[in-house]
Amino acid sequence: MKPAPFEYHAPETVADVVGLLAEHGDDAKPLAGGQSLVPLLAMRLTRFEHIVDLNRVDELFGVSLDNGGISIGAMTRQAAVETDTAVADRVPLLHLATPHIGHFQIRNRGTIGGSIAHADPASEYPAVMLALDGVAEIASASGFREAPAAEFFESTFMTAVAPDELLVALRFSAWDQPAGFAFDEIARRSGDFALAGAAVGIGTDAAGRINRAAVGMLGVGPTPLRASSVEAALMGLATSDADPAEIGRLAAEDMDPIGDVHASVEYRRRAGSTLVGRVLANALAQVNTEAGNG
Amino acid sequence: MADQIPLSMTVNGQTRRGLGEARLTLADFLREQAHCTGVHLGCEHGVCGSCTVLMDGEAVRSCLLFAVQADGAGITTVEGLAPDDETLHPVQEAFRDCHGLQCGFCTPGFVVSVAAFLEANPDPSDEEIRHGISGNLCRCTGYQGIVAATRQAAAVMKGSGQS
Ligand SMILES: Cc1cc2nc3c(=O)[nH]c(=O)nc-3n(C[C@H](O)[C@H](O)[C@H](O)COP(=O)(O)OP(=O)(O)OC[C@H]3O[C@@H](n4cnc5c(N)ncnc54)[C@H](O)[C@@H]3O)c2cc1C
Ligand code: FES
Ligand code: FES
Repeated sequence: MKPAPFEYHAPETVADVVGLLAEHGDDAKPLAGGQSLVPLLAMRLTRFEHIVDLNRVDELFGVSLDNGGISIGAMTRQAAVETDTAVADRVPLLHLATPHIGHFQIRNRGTIGGSIAHADPASEYPAVMLALDGVAEIASASGFREAPAAEFFESTFMTAVAPDELLVALRFSAWDQPAGFAFDEIARRSGDFALAGAAVGIGTDAAGRINRAAVGMLGVGPTPLRASSVEAALMGLATSDADPAEIGRLAAEDMDPIGDVHASVEYRRRAGSTLVGRVLANALAQVNTEAGNG
Repeated sequence: MADQIPLSMTVNGQTRRGLGEARLTLADFLREQAHCTGVHLGCEHGVCGSCTVLMDGEAVRSCLLFAVQADGAGITTVEGLAPDDETLHPVQEAFRDCHGLQCGFCTPGFVVSVAAFLEANPDPSDEEIRHGISGNLCRCTGYQGIVAATRQAAAVMKGSGQS
């Protein structure tokens, strides 16, 4: 299994990357961590005349503080996201989701931008980005633009990033209120892609009433999905009054799963909505302790 | 024929130069040009872990990197873990002691992965060990011996202050 021949480019600036993408259009492909792209090339499921390696573009790496939130360069390795204290502090869901991505050897190379741009519906980061209304910063030869998560994931493996565009960074705002976060997924073996997963954030007012609910799901549709029925049912409740198992069941309505060798449609719906309930219970428990401590 | 790109990297402490197409993987460069045939290729698409090497100290899949991407980097393969020809690395010794291998095909990838894992987690619980080795597949042992070997290596490395 060897990739077909290609011409290799190793630009060092975003300007040079987008220049190459503009010049070669559909024939060029950015290479980030290579943990999804190289297998596809090796199996010859895809081939490109030009591979544009992003690994020497320093400006695409690193986490920076941004207006109370954070901005994460597209080439920041998943392993760096996992251990970054600003991420853990300001965007706990990213921190909680990262250890579920593959294995440590994969996270040493794989990048947050690669995960988001690849947009596997069973992937962790896209579901977190959708739940948290993250924003993608996108560059092309004609300038910069932004795409909110709600408009980013168009269909399976398809995003708002056009072939001549580069995902530059992801922005997330911190929640400035009492809040609780939890993430979990169901996978056959540690490190496998999830059959179903959930990312939950719950925010309350000072009196402990839920005024913000963010529930992202992975593995249960053609793209990452929000469980909007669950979110709507939570709004206005006191955290102590919310029955997570009951409310979690509503998530089945928000799913659009496929059946395959790993799990049937019905299994994904039932296991997925049970999981949403469990993760919701964990997030609610977090809010309560936060409020108790604060 | 596609362009040949000159390559230079440090492999197990020695400078290795070579020549290859852009599509030459790091794994193939290490096996065929640097003669490190301890780099095993099981799946060539990132799943089995048998091709694991250290690149600038971090465990990575050498089948998912192109050799040109490692130009200038420092690579350690299983051949480079032991301090000299007479001595085994504590992880190698533990695999031998605990029956951490049968056919041995997966072993280089496990040994390199476990060495990197213990570097980051010197005192792992059994659950952490199982999570830590989840990126490497073995078709023979049933993993019990590998878990035991990792436990022994952790104890030895901690005891000797080696990390
Ligand atoms: C054994 C194994 C297990 C895995 N398990 C999981 C898992 O459980 N969960 C999970 O989410 N992932 C998993 N992965 C995939 C891994 O997380 C990949 O790293 C990730 O999907 C892609 O990131 P990358 O940086 O490797 O991107 P690459 O593979 O380099 O690129 C992926 C795609 O994104 C495009 N791209 C990358 N960066 C940019 C950019 N900045 N702008 C525009 N386009 C870009 C590329 O052109 C390509 O099409 C696994 C991989 C392996 C090999
Ligand atoms: S050969 Fe590289 S992971 Fe299987
Ligand atoms: S010892 Fe045979 S595959 Fe692991």
